[in-house]
Amino acid sequence: MMNLLWLFRVRTASAPVARERLQILLAHERGLRGQPDLLGLLRAEILAVVSRHVVLDPKKVIVKMDRGKTVSTLEVDIEVPNGFERSIAAAG
Amino acid sequence: MAKVLVVTSGKGGVGKTTSTAALGAALAQMEEKVVVVDFDVGLRNLDLVLGAERRVVFDLINVVQGVAKLSQALIRDKRLENLWLLPASQTRDKDALTEEGVGSIIADLRTKFDWILCDSPAGIERGATLAMRYADEAVIVTNPEVSSVRDSDRIIGMLDSKTVKAERGERVEKHVLITRYDSARASRGEMLSIEDILEILATPLLGIIPESQDVLRASNVGCPVTLNNAASAPARAYVDAARRLMGETVAMVVPAERKGLMNRLLGWRAA
Repeated sequence: MMNLLWLFRVRTASAPVARERLQILLAHERGLRGQPDLLGLLRAEILAVVSRHVVLDPKKVIVKMDRGKTVSTLEVDIEVPNGFERSIAAAG
Repeated sequence: MAKVLVVTSGKGGVGKTTSTAALGAALAQMEEKVVVVDFDVGLRNLDLVLGAERRVVFDLINVVQGVAKLSQALIRDKRLENLWLLPASQTRDKDALTEEGVGSIIADLRTKFDWILCDSPAGIERGATLAMRYADEAVIVTNPEVSSVRDSDRIIGMLDSKTVKAERGERVEKHVLITRYDSARASRGEMLSIEDILEILATPLLGIIPESQDVLRASNVGCPVTLNNAASAPARAYVDAARRLMGETVAMVVPAERKGLMNRLLGWRAA
């Protein structure tokens, strides 16, 4: 019975969905194009500044951007090894 | 004046190499002197599609590195005396290609040929950017499928920013070539239509190549589809596209397969 229904089911056209998804996605991607890699740049500069004072594992620096409708948030997550105060004191 | 045309797409498997061979052969049959250059270093295939795989001695990288002269690396097609191939290296790594090296080869080829067709590798890495670097024109091969259209859009952005022409403030003339098009599926709304693709990419259409068994048949025997079965639907579509590249105005039709009644019935079921 299921198979019979499957044979006669009305297929909905999927091309309009494809077109709409592409239009939304490409509008977004074109907006990003040409700009330097903002997150990469921020991450590199933050890492450089913090590394002047604390010894960091570059893999433990995570920079995330969340795009909202009106505002976006920038999240910077840096894992600092314990005992960094001493290295500051030593440096200072 | 010589024209450098890159055949590109971003996405792999959409028909760049097939299209390079077919357009190259079609232009050569129109008395144009044509060289097709394979930029897919490490994964060359243009030699295979043209049936010249056993005649490759020197390649693009040998010429870039000065190991061989350009004239030693060029392979003349056995069927068309106006068609030549400059193969890619199968063994070297792609970093062996340098911008200066490619630039000097392209400049040299410009003095010898009417058309220099650069078959780009997939992706947006070095090989692909070097293939488009010196282009005057671009054919963006696109399948009626979301991932292919998205990648084409990305490549169009690169053609407008990363080519020598773009950096000089000029424009690379761009054309979209839609391949593997199935008009029956598009009319049922199962596949992006030509209008959808052109509207999204905002780039003029060079041609529509229908999905066809003749394309596979031609590559199986190592012959451009335009030569292997000139009467077939994809061959006629490629010839029309080549005529448009030559500046002719050719009405845009989707060449249809000539199907028998049985095939039509079977085709309807299979679709």
